[in-house]
Order: sequence, then C-alpha cells, then structure tokens
Amino acid sequence: MTTSNYASERETDEGRVFTVTGGDWDTIVAGTDPINDERIVVNMGPQHPSTHGVLRLILELEGETVREARSVVGYLHTGIEKNLEYRNWVQGSTFVTRMDYLAPIFNETAYALAVEKLLGITDDITERATTIRVLMMELNRISSHLVWLATTGMELGAISIMLYGFREREYILDIFETITGLRMNHAYVRPGGVAQDVPDDAIVKIREFLKMMPKKLKEYEDLLSGQPIWTERTKNVAVLDVTGCVALGITGPVLRSAGLAWDLRKTMPYCGYETYEFDVPTHPDGDVWGRYQVRLAEIRESMKLVEQALDRLRPGPVMVADRKIAWPAQLAIGVDGMGNSLEHVAKIMGQSMESLIHHFKLVTEGFRVPPGQVYVAIEAPRGELGVHAVSDGGTRPYRVHYREPSFVNLQALPAMAEGGLIADVIAGGASLDPVMGGCDR
Amino acid sequence: MTSPTDKPNDGGVPVPVTPVGASSTAPAEYPPASPAGRGMFGNQGTGDVSGYGGLVRQRQPIEEASRPYGGYFDEVRDALEEAYPAFNDAIEKVVVDRGELTLHVRPERIAEVCQVMRDDLALRFELCSSVSGADYLGADERRLHVVYLLTSMTYRRRVRLEAAVSVEAPHLPSVTAVYPTADWQEREAYDMFGIVFDGHPNLTRILMPDDWEGHPQRKDYPLGGVPVEYKGAEIQPPNERRSYQ
Repeated sequence: MTTSNYASERETDEGRVFTVTGGDWDTIVAGTDPINDERIVVNMGPQHPSTHGVLRLILELEGETVREARSVVGYLHTGIEKNLEYRNWVQGSTFVTRMDYLAPIFNETAYALAVEKLLGITDDITERATTIRVLMMELNRISSHLVWLATTGMELGAISIMLYGFREREYILDIFETITGLRMNHAYVRPGGVAQDVPDDAIVKIREFLKMMPKKLKEYEDLLSGQPIWTERTKNVAVLDVTGCVALGITGPVLRSAGLAWDLRKTMPYCGYETYEFDVPTHPDGDVWGRYQVRLAEIRESMKLVEQALDRLRPGPVMVADRKIAWPAQLAIGVDGMGNSLEHVAKIMGQSMESLIHHFKLVTEGFRVPPGQVYVAIEAPRGELGVHAVSDGGTRPYRVHYREPSFVNLQALPAMAEGGLIADVIAGGASLDPVMGGCDR
Repeated sequence: MTSPTDKPNDGGVPVPVTPVGASSTAPAEYPPASPAGRGMFGNQGTGDVSGYGGLVRQRQPIEEASRPYGGYFDEVRDALEEAYPAFNDAIEKVVVDRGELTLHVRPERIAEVCQVMRDDLALRFELCSSVSGADYLGADERRLHVVYLLTSMTYRRRVRLEAAVSVEAPHLPSVTAVYPTADWQEREAYDMFGIVFDGHPNLTRILMPDDWEGHPQRKDYPLGGVPVEYKGAEIQPPNERRSYQ
C-alpha cells in the first residue's frame, strides 16, 4: 500500500498505533474497526503547526467528538528559575525576559517591581521610568495580541490575517529596537528603572504607529468579524464561564470574555495605572468569539494608554538616584547595537579611579537585597503574571518563582475541549493564547 | 553556622573576633545557608588580607508580627479566627513584612485552612493565584516550604499561606479539591522540590521528563553546566564562578 509511507501502523498491547505525519486521515479511518474500536486516541504534537508551540495534546476521540483531552507540557523547560539563583539580581532581567517571549517587557517589569519591593525602593522609582514602563508594556500588549490574532487566524484557516498581524507587530518590534536596541529579549526594564532613555525618533515612530493602527484594526474587523467561517468557528466554541475560570485560576482576556472585569491594572493598580484613563473590555459569552472581541478592544485601550503615556513623558532621570543600586554604566545605542556610552568609559578609564571601582563592584558583585519575600503581580497580555521572589540578603536571588498565566491557563483546555469537536480543540487552545516559553520556563 | 572564630587559623591569616552584638543566625523565614552577610566581599579562605573578611553584617530578623498589623490584615485574622475554631492549633505564626501578610500554617491543616479562606463570607479568597515551593536548606529543620498566594477578588486582598515540611516526610494535603487551579502548580512543586501532595489526583512530573531523577530546584541539587571556551580562554560554568554571596 503506497499510503503506508504516511501512516505506518504497529500493533501494541494497547491496540493499533498509527504514526501520522500529515494528510492521511482516510488511512486511519480505513484502518480502524468502527464496531470494536469506538474510541481512538490521537496524540497531537508536540510538533504540530496548530498547537501554539511545543504543546502536546492527547485526545481520546469518538468519531470527531473529543471525549477526553489531556495536555502535556514541559518540552520547552529551560530551568530559568534555577539559573536565576546563580546570577546576581540585575542579571536576572536577561533571564526572565526570555520566559514569555511574546511579552518580554512584562516579565522584566514584574521582576523589576519584585526586586524593588524587596529593596524597599518602590516609591523612589522616577516618574519618567514608570511612564516609560507603562508605555513599553502597553506597546508590548498590542504586539502580543497581534501575534494572538495572527496565529489564531492561521490555525483557523485565515492565512491573510496571519500576514497582517505579523506585519503590524513588526512595526512595534521596530519601535522596541529603536528604544532598547533589540527586537526581543530586551532586558530593558531593570531593577531601579530602565536601561536607557527613550530616544526622540522612537517617539516619532510611536506617534506614526498610533495614527496608522486604528485603520488596520478596522481592516482586521472587516476581514473577520462578518466572515461566516470565522463566526462559525468561534461563536459558542470552547465556552468557559466565570465560575470555571476562577476555579481553574484563569485570568486575563479569557476571564474578561466570560464577563468579569478583573484587570489588575484597575483592581490592584501598580505603575500608576490608577491615574490613566482606560476601560476594561468584557464580553458576556465566554466563547472564542468573546475572547477575540475582548482582545481587539484591548488593543484599542492600550493605544489610549500609549497616547497618554507619551503625553506624560517629561524629561528626567530613568534610574533611581541611589548609586548603590543604579546600574553604573550609562548605556547608549551605537552603530553596532547597545553598549556602554563612550563618555562613561572615558570617565572610568581616564578620570576617576573611584568610579571605576564602583562600576566594577556593582557589575561583578551586584547589590545586596535585604532578606524577605514578596509577591508582585501585574496584568500581562495573558493574565496575572506573578513573581514570588525570596532574598536571603545576598547579591543573588534565593528563589524566584513565576506564576505564569500561560501555565495556569492551559489547565482549562480539557474543560473547554471535552465534549466538543476535534476542530474546536484548536480554536479553544488558541483562544487561551498559551506561550510555551512562558509556560515551561 | 560557625562563627569566624571557630575556623582553624590556616595560612597565618589574622582572624578577628566576632564583634559584640553581631550575629548572623537568621530566623527560619529566610535562608542563611549561604555565607551571605559575612565578610566584605563574601569571600572565604585566604583571599582577603584587609581584615574586612571578618566583618559580620547584622540582619534584621523577621519577627512574628504583633497586633495591630495594619490595613486589612487584622480583619483577615479576626475573620479566620472566628470561622475556623482550630485557628490556634493550625496557625504557627503570623508575619507582616513589606506590606504583605503571611500566615504560617501547619502542613496537615493547609487544605482545611484554604477551605475556610475560600468559603467564609468575610474572607472570600476565591482565587488561588500561585503555589510555589522554596527550599530553605540549612535554615529550617522543615526545609521545604510551600507558599500559597490567595487572592480575594471580592475584597481585593491578598494573603500568603506558608507550610513547611521536612525532606524525610515531605507530605501535606493537596488543595486541589478547594482550588482546582493548584493542580499543575502542585505538580510543579512536586517535580522541582519533591513535595508530595496527598490526595492530588495525578501527582506526576510536569516540567522535567517522567524518568528524571532528583528534584532540580532543591538547594542541594547542583546547577550543572559546562565550561565555555572562548578564544583560548576557558570560562567556568556559573555554579563554579566566584560567588559574592
């Protein structure tokens, strides 16, 4: 049989096992006995284009109906939390930014807020630094939601929205590159403030982006919202109500799509969010459609916030005044990317021995953080991103735990998928917007 | 922990006496396993000839908080005391630090306390935000701590519950029946610290492979790592580099 190249079969104790690599559903159907094998177990992933990263799903099917669904995670575990314990507090920023790679600014900000709370310098963070953090977080929220729209579109067969979503996200990544020197993994938000100031051309770029984006959003809505296939695939699919969300710990757009306006920016404000003017969009239905509506609305709210943050930017320092904590190297973006500013190098190498000692001590040894533990949570694009940080009084974190919304939210997949169709597993999983880098850490 | 004077005087390095009133014995909340707080650069052995190596930094101990705690903390304690008759038996200690309330709970009582925290109308901690482990090696007989962060969405409050178990008997009841969201988070704590949650429906490894040996985030589990060669020079793995702790 020629098709056996695509779906080779093997007899095991548990039954017949097919190895499927694509396009051969008929072979499997032909190979099963419809009377005796009512249920087949399909192993989807961990390498599968529509499981949103290296997520593995084990589905027990009866026909096309999912009877049981289990998700398996851990394929992208990189031991970031353990590694943090072997670097100093500032170096932690470079690690945590790599967790949820679609929302690096959020990882960094949560970490910075936790370290600052441990140090007791939360009130000393300059206004400009806080405003820049809000600005960056909201831009990041837009870019993260755009990737959600893009990948979900692709997974449900709308390829054009995938191209558009990534195209507009690229614009934000350009802005990030202008500000931080990097498209991703910025390590820009540091304990004590931010790594360097926002250059003027970035402001111009952000203003351009704000002007362009409403038109693009309208385009997405024109493409999807009235589209019968899109509405069929999303309405009344993968429903989870508020009770289910809270029991399973689901936060973020998924909880808001079920109707509860729980947004940490409003309910437990940080970074001065209580002084900004914005709404928390909700939707009554708790289905994939609702999550799509909520995320689109959140992009609009984030744009409002970006605009307000831009208007608030006043000249001033972006690092705490305490020289025992503030990173000594004044970073600047040169032609070859981000590095120490030439003025700073000239000063420590040529003029001031004390500055050199100070720089050396702070960079190699780092600052000490008084012992104790804190929990800081912020509203990331996927929900509550919490950092539980413990210090033993030394220069390195004793323990840092990330309460990752991707990790917690993925627990809802069986609740959404069981009893539905296999095609809706994709829609439901995508609507949770899991990022496996964050989930597995 | 040994004081600097206990060490043999090797290599003729002058060893200063411990300053009067100084102490590096930390209470159980934070881990004094590392020699942090001692010495100018945290160095040991003969590296330091300045005499600063004998400095002992005094730490502020985190003590049991006394009433009033301030904020909503008093209300939470009163409500729990009223709703939960076994309060005095279950709560080992109440700590208020950095504006956060921590209730240290006897491990065998944790599920009961969570149940009351969730169901009592004056408490209403509907959401279990986070469950994580922490290993206080060398600081505490019961070195494995499980830290629960409960959130009351109604009152917009947060409370931390902490339960400590020993490595020899790392058992405590699972809270999955109260908070289903603790499922994966308890599995992670089991995977990383070897804490066994009795009554958990499916306590298996979650992040590490199923056949992995050991629990990687315990403090006595080495980081591992390989040296990196760059232009002829070798850079040691991070766990072998100089530590300033």
